[in-house]
Amino acid sequence: MRYVFLEKKDLGTFVDYLRKDHRVVAPVKKENQFVFADVDSAEEISLEYIPTILPPKKYFFPQKEKLGAFKIGQTTLADTSVDIQPTVIFGVHTCDIDGIECLDTVFFKDPADPYYKKRKKSIVLIGYECMFPCDEFASCVTMDTHVPKAGYDIMITDAGSKYILHINSNEGEKIIGDNAMFKPDEDDKAKFELRELREEKAKKFKPQINSDFKELPKMFEESYNSKVWDEVGKKCVSCGNCTAVCPTCYCFDINDDVKLDLSGGERKRIWDSCQLDEFAAVAGGENFREERSSRQRHRYYRKFSYSVKKYHKFFCTGCGRCTRACVAGISLIETVNELIKEYKNV
Amino acid sequence: MCNFNSNPEKTNVKVDPQYSPKEGIIVRTVIMTENEKFFEIKLEGEEELGNLPGQFVQLSIFGIGEAPISISSSPTKEDKNTFEICVRNVGTFTNALHQLGVGDKIGVRGPYGRPFPIDELKGNDLIFVAGGLGIVPLRSLINFVIDRRRDYGDVSILLGCKQPKDRLFGDEIESWNQLTDINYACTVDKADPEWKGSVGVITTLIPGVDIDVNRTYAVVVGPPVMYGFVIAELLKKGLPEDKIILSLERRMKCGLGKCGHCQINDKYVCQDGPTFFYSELRGLEEAL
Repeated sequence: MRYVFLEKKDLGTFVDYLRKDHRVVAPVKKENQFVFADVDSAEEISLEYIPTILPPKKYFFPQKEKLGAFKIGQTTLADTSVDIQPTVIFGVHTCDIDGIECLDTVFFKDPADPYYKKRKKSIVLIGYECMFPCDEFASCVTMDTHVPKAGYDIMITDAGSKYILHINSNEGEKIIGDNAMFKPDEDDKAKFELRELREEKAKKFKPQINSDFKELPKMFEESYNSKVWDEVGKKCVSCGNCTAVCPTCYCFDINDDVKLDLSGGERKRIWDSCQLDEFAAVAGGENFREERSSRQRHRYYRKFSYSVKKYHKFFCTGCGRCTRACVAGISLIETVNELIKEYKNV
Repeated sequence: MCNFNSNPEKTNVKVDPQYSPKEGIIVRTVIMTENEKFFEIKLEGEEELGNLPGQFVQLSIFGIGEAPISISSSPTKEDKNTFEICVRNVGTFTNALHQLGVGDKIGVRGPYGRPFPIDELKGNDLIFVAGGLGIVPLRSLINFVIDRRRDYGDVSILLGCKQPKDRLFGDEIESWNQLTDINYACTVDKADPEWKGSVGVITTLIPGVDIDVNRTYAVVVGPPVMYGFVIAELLKKGLPEDKIILSLERRMKCGLGKCGHCQINDKYVCQDGPTFFYSELRGLEEAL
């Protein structure tokens, strides 16, 4: 754990240097939004970005992933393997780092997921700290994910004329090493500078939800039968956008992709969504979350209540993607604030 | 432009074949009713499945997919190298399964799930209540108890189904009926001319059972609609909520506590269940 400085003009050199041994993916502008994509140079990167359309979870848990190959008529999977490539995810915001920690919690829980484990091991996370609030949809201050804490190998903070890099792991250390590009923090100034920067930052970042996040599980406990769910259910069109873009949603389905000659194929897992009508239905016809209101409620409880009980962790990072992606205008901040209003009035 | 362009090569690394089924061979089938078929399955290499009563397996047919299926046999049964299932033809997978016969291969993952609390049940009176297909998973526990009969007190079996022709495991159930140390009752919603037993829903059998609430567990398995009525009747008898045990059906995709399909509030049925004490489920709206 140490700090180094990087001149702003050297960012391009840094990215080129990373590319020597790694595939580098970073936020890139795509029309009026941003995506994580492969980059060949720092010029392609948009470091000042609002959360990307999809979170970086796609690199750990791809939309469609081969579990193994099969031949029709056989019973065991062959080729249970994963293609990995040393990868740096560059410029990850702290909310998304928190999202990756949520995925870790789920996929490393016994029995740990072997595919996730291998991918995770091949990825280095280089974060980039937000110094300005992104837009009105984020609730990172309430969720306490707007300041770097842990979960990254290196964190970059903009300190005006230069960057301060916090090295937080052996993998991070291996990258920085004694490369002359990075100036050592000889007088222990970095910590002091960061403290000042974050004091300034705190003035710009205001909580977006009208409650301390620690109070939320109790509030949710009391809000299961709230009318707010009916209202949200009426708006929802069950498209599943909110779960696809969520950095902590990890539900999946398992499907067989059969070759055209019907000789065999691949068993795959693909992202699924608890918002889709048939998600909780069983073959006999019973559907345990038939109403859109109950499916939306389920989604919120998985972020603020069930996950806290099961994993001792909030599964909302406050990134705001579900609200940005909702075609029906359902806002997470509004929904939670409505629930709080109702809860306090009772 | 300076471009190292040395995107490192991809390497293909083996992973633990967590999702790979074992090879099973169907060694016996019985057509039980118009819609239900029984299968006895042997694992390759005479390997034991290692199941406990109440658990399930993920069965797999490549090209079709996987489905969670209750294990119907007890680990105490004579031939330890096979296990039994009974499946209703109701969806894509079960339809494909019904086409299979003796000698056909089937993929098997598992066993998964929390079994019935067999140790806790020891030394107590037991009431088994099975409605419709509920007898399939419950049979694993009933036969377990019959095979270790002296570990338990009074045993009552209450069965219900729609019509006499829907009854599963007819001969076997007849043999339970013959056992002098088992109280047995069966009812159908709708009788046919041959039917000599009771007519009415399964709850009508419960008042007739003599329950010592201090030493009795009820194990109830059936369709969702049945649970509410049966549980109400058992509570009326004075049975505490933590002595009523259920088994829930959900659409598990992974069986490993990951995929989210079987989630009821904060519980994952594939790991926290499928067997539950009623006290664990009370108040969970999506459970029953």
